[in-house]
Amino acid sequence: MNSNPNSEFQIPNSTLELLDFTLRLADDAVIMGHRLGEWCGHGPVLEQDIALTNTALDHLGRARSLYQYAADQVNRLPVDEKKKLFTSVAFQNLVSSGASVDEDDLACLRDCWDFRNVLLVEQPNNDWAYTIARSFFYDAFNYFFFTELVKSKNETLSSIAEKSLKEVTYHLRWSSEWVVRLGDGTDESHARILTAINDLWMYTGELFTMNETDKVMFQQGIAPDLDQIKTSWLASVRSVFSEATLTIPTGTWMQHGGKEGTHSEHLGYILADMQFMQRAYPEMEW
Amino acid sequence: MKDTNKAEWPLWEVFIRSKAGLDHKHAGSLHAADAQMAMENARDVYTRRMEGVSIWVVESKYIHASDPEESESLYDPANDKIYRHPTFYNLPDEVKYM
Repeated sequence: MNSNPNSEFQIPNSTLELLDFTLRLADDAVIMGHRLGEWCGHGPVLEQDIALTNTALDHLGRARSLYQYAADQVNRLPVDEKKKLFTSVAFQNLVSSGASVDEDDLACLRDCWDFRNVLLVEQPNNDWAYTIARSFFYDAFNYFFFTELVKSKNETLSSIAEKSLKEVTYHLRWSSEWVVRLGDGTDESHARILTAINDLWMYTGELFTMNETDKVMFQQGIAPDLDQIKTSWLASVRSVFSEATLTIPTGTWMQHGGKEGTHSEHLGYILADMQFMQRAYPEMEW
Repeated sequence: MKDTNKAEWPLWEVFIRSKAGLDHKHAGSLHAADAQMAMENARDVYTRRMEGVSIWVVESKYIHASDPEESESLYDPANDKIYRHPTFYNLPDEVKYM
């Protein structure tokens, strides 16, 4: 770090892309964790209720590690640069006060447009089949994504990926099996998982879109090539679907925007729920 | 929860080995559609606080239990056979952890 406080601060190349990338992964994890957590006390049977909340906590744990790393990155920026990051008022107020930013601030003081999560994870639980289909698409992505991210030149992300991979491997096993159980189950379960897959399919394209951040991160050896992930992901989905007597939807039109902060209306309701305590009782702790 | 869930998903007994070298101990039971699901449910319900390194599951209907009505004839006769315990040997001081 520069020891001369008077020297003009220069943001190193790709600092903001790294922050954007870290935050996206954190936002994906916290929103998915929240969605699965909504099943707590509502699972179809006790055993699956616990399975879902275990998984929710895995996502939340990963979100924490990533938010902590993102907060470190934010705190290294000068105040003027911090103010440019997000337009959410609560976050602006915090930064203007000169206080440092922590994991909770990033999760709880940003509004929808400052969230970078993919649209898939904010889609509602609807029924068991939707929940399974959403998890399966995300878990399969995570599995191949974190397998590659372990090789990242960024040591923090690499070590987070290494820990996550163990969890994600189990998530994928669990959701894959449920896709097979529902697809190759009764007429009703087959119909329901089919509807869920067809409805959620258009949210899977965004997982693999290389936006500016992805391109810069890939060029720097920090993030994997999402095209390559897509190939593995498709092969995995195809294989599970074939066992589940399901076919890949034919629709090719895909939704985009989550990575850039354009979200469906669902995210607002999630944040209202998730952020209420911190907004109503700022800086409260358990 | 509908009764049909319970009717359709049989009961399983779960045995957990807490660490390598120790025996599997009965941890409890759960409902699952098949052995694979029983294994995963056991993992999620009984090992989430680091309780185990290995799991056995067996469908409860395959467990044969002794009849409580026969307890007297089965277990009471052992009560006055203290000579079956190895407590009458004098152990040398060098032998520890017995």
